[in-house]
Amino acid sequence: MALGLLVAGAVVATLIARHRWWLPPLASLQGRPVDRLFLVTLAIISAAFMLVQGLLALFVWLYRDRGQRASYWHEHRALELTYTIVPAVVMTGLTVAAAGLWARIHSAPPPGALVVEVRAEQFGWKARYPGPDGRFGRIDPRLFSPRQNPFALDPADPAGQDDLVLDISTSAALHLVVNRPVEVRLRAKDVVHSFFVPAFRVKQDAVPGMVTRTWFTPSRTGTYEIACAELCGPLHYIMRGRIVVQTQEEFDAWLAAQVRP
Amino acid sequence: MAHALPHLDARTVGELSFWRRYIFSQDHKVIGIQYALTSMAMAVLGGVLALFIRLQLGWPGRSWPLLGRLFPGGMPEGQMSQAFYLAAVTMHGTIMIFFVLTTLLTGGFGNFLIPLMIGARDMAFPFLNMLSYWLYPPAIVILLASFFVSGGAAGGGWTAYPPLSALPQAAPGSGLGQTLWLVALAVLIVAFLFGSLNYITTVLQLRTRGMSMLRLPLTVWALFVTAILSLLAFPVLLAAAIMLLFDRLGGTSFFVPAGLLVGTTPVDHAGGDPLLWQHLFWFLGHPEVYVLILPPMGMVSDILANNARKPIFGYRFMVGSMVAIAFLSFLVWGHHMYTSGMHPLLGTAFMTTTLVIAVPSAIKTFNWLATLWRGKIRFTSAMLFALGFLSLFVTGGLTGIVLAQPPVDIYFHDTFFVVAHFHFVMASAAIFAAFAGTYYWFPKMFGRMLDERLGRWHFWLTFAGIYATFFPMHYAGFMGMMRRIYSPQLYAHLQGLAPLNVFVSLAAFVLFAAQSIFLYNFFRSLFRGPRAERNPWGATTLEWTAPSPPPHGNWGPALPVVQRWAYEYSPPNAAQDFLPQTAPAAVPVGREPGALGGDGERRR
Repeated sequence: MALGLLVAGAVVATLIARHRWWLPPLASLQGRPVDRLFLVTLAIISAAFMLVQGLLALFVWLYRDRGQRASYWHEHRALELTYTIVPAVVMTGLTVAAAGLWARIHSAPPPGALVVEVRAEQFGWKARYPGPDGRFGRIDPRLFSPRQNPFALDPADPAGQDDLVLDISTSAALHLVVNRPVEVRLRAKDVVHSFFVPAFRVKQDAVPGMVTRTWFTPSRTGTYEIACAELCGPLHYIMRGRIVVQTQEEFDAWLAAQVRP
Repeated sequence: MAHALPHLDARTVGELSFWRRYIFSQDHKVIGIQYALTSMAMAVLGGVLALFIRLQLGWPGRSWPLLGRLFPGGMPEGQMSQAFYLAAVTMHGTIMIFFVLTTLLTGGFGNFLIPLMIGARDMAFPFLNMLSYWLYPPAIVILLASFFVSGGAAGGGWTAYPPLSALPQAAPGSGLGQTLWLVALAVLIVAFLFGSLNYITTVLQLRTRGMSMLRLPLTVWALFVTAILSLLAFPVLLAAAIMLLFDRLGGTSFFVPAGLLVGTTPVDHAGGDPLLWQHLFWFLGHPEVYVLILPPMGMVSDILANNARKPIFGYRFMVGSMVAIAFLSFLVWGHHMYTSGMHPLLGTAFMTTTLVIAVPSAIKTFNWLATLWRGKIRFTSAMLFALGFLSLFVTGGLTGIVLAQPPVDIYFHDTFFVVAHFHFVMASAAIFAAFAGTYYWFPKMFGRMLDERLGRWHFWLTFAGIYATFFPMHYAGFMGMMRRIYSPQLYAHLQGLAPLNVFVSLAAFVLFAAQSIFLYNFFRSLFRGPRAERNPWGATTLEWTAPSPPPHGNWGPALPVVQRWAYEYSPPNAAQDFLPQTAPAAVPVGREPGALGGDGERRR
């Protein structure tokens, strides 16, 4: 009985949550198959949840001690093979589906993708655009200066002369173009952080000493939030950043206004 | 073989001093109870830390003047400091995983049950066993001392990812607290290694006559497989912990790369790799999950069979699936690292092994269900908790299928969905099995019965409390609420979550309070409970042929001789509804008596 209540409770809670506590509205192209795979998996595990909890409740109720004698039955090869093979088949199906999608998510970004660098630090985000030359300048951590050179660019490298550095936690935002793929290259200044954009279904750790990459295609204009998803210190919880997705024209106008004189 | 151990001579036992009998005891039962009682104390502490976490998440920004007076360091002006919050998160995880569940299940139940269930007088290495326990209190002292040092206890999470955990200047909790955390863990791991070595040797060498491997109760199988897992996995974390200590204190750079800046100050390290720690940590971290769940699986199997009065269904599949789970558990660690920056092909490989491991888990679940089918179910407190284990294990296991798929895990990784998942599948399920085991074996441990009525109250409140606490966390995960954040209030995507967090926090308080029923029942029954007979549950396994509680050496002059497997419940043509493992086997017509005695001709 209690287990019956449990199943009913879980179903009702999920229905309520569907309206109040659900995934944030999707705003990227590659998030669509991700959400679909999630919903398929959710359907499978919900069915299994109801089946197993239901059977448990049923057996507990049917075979409570009423003075009967328990049956002496402890092997049934066909039954055991059935519930070995059925889960194995379901798992194989999920593995194949997920592996394909995973490979697509990690494929090379399409040509013409916007490329930006995002650097995570305790406790904020900085972004860098390559500027008109399309090339990022060299970085030398020894040249870091919080105000003059927050991204630790090497002034000796001409490629870095036109790089645009923005503080996307406070004053500025990471500007992206709707329906244009973007590759984000992630760096970390101090400890491990994680670049999490819930609306895009994107999460990628920023690891000190490495440049990690992720690419995606924003599909709706608007303002979105970056959260840090890897514990990085006492102020981890305020480590937010801002993303603005706009049309190509708006983006071009914005970029032109940013170029340093 | 066991007869020869000199310190077990029953005549000399009475002459042992109080200290040798109860404090520095070499008796596996005393050591098991020491481990269990110490773990219980640590569980209360770990629970209190969880309440601090829920207090903050339920009512972020609220001030609690009374608590401010009690804990001026962690809660100045009654408001929890961020560093203290992270220390609570870190220490709650560390304590519950290593200092409660591991110690309680393997140290407590493992020590008490293994010799009794295989018909041995003690462990193979009693002195090592004593040493194993006596490394545990020093580890606790070192761990808890970290709350009182400058900067407070470690605050980098129980996973202690460097460089945060490697650089003292990176956070308050990365100071001396983190060093003490590493030392405490290293000491405790040595204790686990001593224990594991002992369990493996004992199961292989000290089984009584007739106790072939395939006559072992599943509890023993589970503890045996767990010991092998621990022995192979824990040394890797020990090595990693020592490497991290060197990074912190010795100027090495195993985990810290070049070119880092903390604030504006350059870090003087070069050549390390933060991902190396993650690989080493999870190489233990994932088998550790099974170190915590295999013993429960074994114990629950035995308790289900006993209370359904039916043989465990599919014994060989049960053993096989445990071995399969143990083997596979070494090949899945990377599923904690899908978003870490490791090569995506590794993600595919680890997803495959992870989804494969779901199959033996499914086999076990359905075997348990089949065990109940057409049984005669007795709702003892032990059985209620065993059934509760089943329900929780299924709920938590299923959400693992979501997290196993890297494209989906990208979104859910490091959110409350993960928190909900592992609190069901390993934390709550393991605790439920531990409760089931306590209600079931308490009479054997202490010679007294627990109160069944209080046990039922305890079960229902705990069962409802667990679901009310952890089920809604899935929805917080749906919304994308990150783990280990001090407050979700700042985020646009987490608006509207406050009522859910308040509900979870209230449920957690009720859940914690309900445990006082258990503590009351436990300590009252210890002294006032009705005397237990030798075999109060009508059970088949060997521990129930010894007196309750068993004396030093467990049995009188003769050890029990095993004649059959451990699950002879409701056999046809028997007067009772169970036959103990020692009951003589019926002699088939036409065979001479003695030819089939099962007297250990299968051994050696």
